[in-house]
Amino acid sequence: MAVKTYNAGVKEYRETYWMPDYTPKDTDILAIFKVTPQPGVPREEAAAAVAAESSTGTWTTVWTDLLTDLDYYKGRAYRIEDVPGSDEQFYAFVAYPIDLFEEGSVVNVFTSLVGNVFGFKAIRGLRLEDVRFPIAYVMTCGGPPHGIQVERDILNKYGRPLLGCTIKPKLGLSAKNYGRAVYECLRGGLDFTKDDENVNSQPFMRWKQRFDFVMEAVHKAERETGERKGHYLNVTAPTPEEMYKRAEYAKEIGAPIIMHDYITGGFCANTGLANWCRENGVLLHIHRAMHAVMDRNPNHGIHFRVLTKILRLSGGDHLHTGTVVGKLEGDRAATLGWIDLLRERYIKEDRSRGIFFDQDWGAMPGAFAVASGGIHVWHMPALLSIFGDDAVFQFGGGTLGHPWGNAAGAAANRVALEACVEARNEGRQLEKEGKEILMSAAKHSPELKAALETWKEIKFEFDTVDKLDVAHK
Amino acid sequence: MSEMQDYKSSLTDVSSRKFETFSYLPPMDAAKIRKQVEYIISKGWNPAIEHTEPENAFDHYWYMWKLPMFGETDVDRILAEAEACHKAHPNNHVRLVGYDNYKQSQGAAMVIYRGPIKA
Repeated sequence: MAVKTYNAGVKEYRETYWMPDYTPKDTDILAIFKVTPQPGVPREEAAAAVAAESSTGTWTTVWTDLLTDLDYYKGRAYRIEDVPGSDEQFYAFVAYPIDLFEEGSVVNVFTSLVGNVFGFKAIRGLRLEDVRFPIAYVMTCGGPPHGIQVERDILNKYGRPLLGCTIKPKLGLSAKNYGRAVYECLRGGLDFTKDDENVNSQPFMRWKQRFDFVMEAVHKAERETGERKGHYLNVTAPTPEEMYKRAEYAKEIGAPIIMHDYITGGFCANTGLANWCRENGVLLHIHRAMHAVMDRNPNHGIHFRVLTKILRLSGGDHLHTGTVVGKLEGDRAATLGWIDLLRERYIKEDRSRGIFFDQDWGAMPGAFAVASGGIHVWHMPALLSIFGDDAVFQFGGGTLGHPWGNAAGAAANRVALEACVEARNEGRQLEKEGKEILMSAAKHSPELKAALETWKEIKFEFDTVDKLDVAHK
Repeated sequence: MSEMQDYKSSLTDVSSRKFETFSYLPPMDAAKIRKQVEYIISKGWNPAIEHTEPENAFDHYWYMWKLPMFGETDVDRILAEAEACHKAHPNNHVRLVGYDNYKQSQGAAMVIYRGPIKA
């Protein structure tokens, strides 16, 4: 005997998808959306619409709905909360059964969660604030190819953050001159240099010549300093075939680390490359070009903490996270929140840092947080205090802009970093005593002294655009 | 502004060889070494001493001086072991390590006695 009958037409979403009594299962994927509804649309209807359109729903009932158990597969809007500081917006919590998604595929998860629903007419704005991945789903993903501990072991770097530098000018150098800039940075004391994300394989510098000259620079700097070095060779390419070709060549000539842009390159390419890196023992640095298109608008898009989780599942050993202190976007508490999501094993719900769910990563490795953009030696005490050891600090202009050149700039940064680490270990207050620590270290380092004279105590004081939601009433 | 200086470093000048954390700072005196040992203890890490000939410093594996001092929290005993290793191998780099068994990594690693670097 049939339990349901077919009635053609449009039903209200909340009849099916609003389930305030639902208790989420441990295996559900949970999402929280910040919803700005169209005027006149009740909250329950808007929340249910989001749950429907990001899971099983279609605008009208179809007869084939009755050939399956939609009550099992549907997304469930199970809670609504006010957004602090907003009269019209609200948070909608949605639970999705794990079977809705292909194993190990952030591509599939986000095609649903942030697919058609973001253009849906019943809502004026929609922002995916956080996603809880159950450990059952985490276990199906590869994650970082190596992780923090393995990278430290491979490179023999312990008890301090690592130092990097993006080679500039970012476009236009010949491969040989580019390699020169790399060599100077590395011999001066940096651990890494980096291809700018815009550098792929342009007419002025094809990838193969860049790879060859850069690796000569890396190997010579290693012999000269007696330390392990690397350059993030950007293998981001127009096609996956070309990407793998470049990755294979990088491995062949002994590159310890390569680089990919996971948003412009795509999650599919990124996950494949991460798997390749794991199999081939090559570290993977991840850049995040295009993230601000999605994460900067507080009313529409995807929060960066979600993009961070995507990367941790898809795979990468480093991820750019913002600097807090530099010239780019970032709010300190929120940044610390997603840095934890990138590096730690278990992260507790903490609304004061914008974390809406407990997140258990199990044994999945964590990745290094990369602070890059607009920073220089004077920022070192604050950077170490904020990020701790499991980070890469990248000083582009702050290395190459040294009046005596890259090697001196690199040495200045290395001395400043080590002085700050030593002081921290001695129990000194970095952000309070920063100036004294740096000035004292400069007595033994003319390179640091010149750097401190060049940049002085510059501060970048732009207000952040994307703040945490805080009550103003 | 300071006068421009050449960055002195070369393949033939063996003093260009570095040895990771704190090797860009002047050598540590006894008081500074003590503070780093105290830091390792305060973190709950297991102190250990290793040494090597400076020309082999690039290798991952240095010679262990006895076993890591599991659970040792007496700063003086740790310093005494480091000094004993230095006395037995005056021409070697001596490294202080703090093993973090929870992270399965080294929370700290630094050369506290520097061997003379030969050509």
